[in-house]
Amino acid sequence: MAEDPYKILGVGREASAEEIRKAYRKLAKKHHPDLNPGNTVAEEKFKTISAANELLSDPEKRARFDRGEIDAGGAEKAPPRGYRQYADTGAGERYAYAGGEDGGFGNFEDLFSTLFTDRAGRGGAGAARGADAHYTLTAAFLDAVNGATNRLALPDGQTLDVKIPPGTADGQILRLRGRGAPGRGGGPAGDALIDIRVAPHRFFRREGQDIRLELPISMREAVLGAKVTVPTPGGPVAMTIKPGADTGQELRLRGRGVPAHGNVAAGDLFVRLAVVVGPADPALAEFLRGHQPAAAFDPRAGMEEA
Amino acid sequence: MIGLEAVFLQVRDLAPVDLDRWIENAWVRPEGRPGAWAFHDIDVARIRLIVELRDHLEVNEAALPTVLSLVDQVYAMRRRLQRLNAALAEEPPELREMLARLLDGAA
Repeated sequence: MAEDPYKILGVGREASAEEIRKAYRKLAKKHHPDLNPGNTVAEEKFKTISAANELLSDPEKRARFDRGEIDAGGAEKAPPRGYRQYADTGAGERYAYAGGEDGGFGNFEDLFSTLFTDRAGRGGAGAARGADAHYTLTAAFLDAVNGATNRLALPDGQTLDVKIPPGTADGQILRLRGRGAPGRGGGPAGDALIDIRVAPHRFFRREGQDIRLELPISMREAVLGAKVTVPTPGGPVAMTIKPGADTGQELRLRGRGVPAHGNVAAGDLFVRLAVVVGPADPALAEFLRGHQPAAAFDPRAGMEEA
Repeated sequence: MIGLEAVFLQVRDLAPVDLDRWIENAWVRPEGRPGAWAFHDIDVARIRLIVELRDHLEVNEAALPTVLSLVDQVYAMRRRLQRLNAALAEEPPELREMLARLLDGAA
C-alpha cells in the first residue's frame, strides 16, 4: 500500500482520532469482505481501508508516519483469514441457515422450480425429495445416558417422538428418515435432523463413556469405613469405603458409567469422596479438645510459599 | 481444533463473558461442552467476524441475530450456487454455452 492513508479514509491531516474512527467505520461497513463475498473490489478496498486505519488509529505510528519515518506500507500486515474463506466451503455447513420454513437449503427446488417442474413433467425421472427439517431437542442427562423417547413439539403444532439411543452425547445429530418436508412429484420425503443438547446433571458429569460423581461422606464413615449407597445412572449401588478414607480419594465402579451401546463398551463411574463434617456436635468437640493426634499433621504443608 | 484459551490468544478484544453469551445464543457453535469447548477454524473466524461487526461496524447485540441470519443465508446460497456450478461443469459444452448466453441476456 503506497497511497496516502489520510486520502484513503477521506480525512484531513489534522483529523481527530474520533474523526478517523468514524471515517473508518463508515467505509468498513460498506466494504467488509465477509458481507461482500466474491466481490474482489470490495475486498481490496477493505484491505487498504484497514491498513490505513491500522496506521492512523495508532497515535505512535501516526506520528512516525507524519514525521516521514515510516511509509504508508509500514503498517500493512496480512489479515487473518476471513469468515468467508470458511463459510464458502463445506465447513460453512456448520452454520447452515436453519431458521426458514423450508427447513434449510437442502435442495435447489425453491430457486429453480421451473427446472425441477420441467424435469418431473418429462417423465417422472425428476421426482424431487423433500427438504430436510432441522430441530433442536434438549434431553435430560440420564435420558441421554440411558436412552429414552422424548416428544418434540413442532412449530406447526404436530409432535414427533424422538427415540434417543443410550449413550447419546451432547451435539449428536439424530436423523429420522422421512420425517422432513414431503417430496414432490412422487419423490420421497426429506429427513428430520435433530440436534441433541444434553442438559447438565446436578451431580453426574460425563467424560466420554465415563461418568464422574462427587460423593459426600461423613467423618465417621471416612475414619471407620462404611458400606454406602451410591447413585449411578443405572440405579443405586452399594460401595464399601475402607477405614481411613479421605476427601479427594477416587473409587472406580467398573461398568457403572454410560451403559454399553452398539459396539461401545460400558464406561466406568468414578466416585470422588468428599468428607462433610455435618452439624455441630458438642460431644465430638469435647472429644477433639482432649484428643492428642498420634502423629503431627498439617493439612496445609507445602503451601508456605504463597 | 483449539480450546478456549487459544481462542482468546487469537482474537483481540474478546471478553470471556461475551463469548459465553454468544455460545449460549448459538451464534457460535463449538463442539464439546461447557468447560471443554473445541473450536474449528470456522468458529474462530466467526467469532472474529462478530467482534468486527460489533466493534467496527457498530452492529449492536440486539441486531446481531438478524445480521448473522442474513449472513448465513448468503453463504448457504453461495454454497448451493457452487454446487450448481460444479454440476453444470459436468454438462456438455453446448449446454453451458447456451446457458451462458441466456444468463447474459437476462443481465
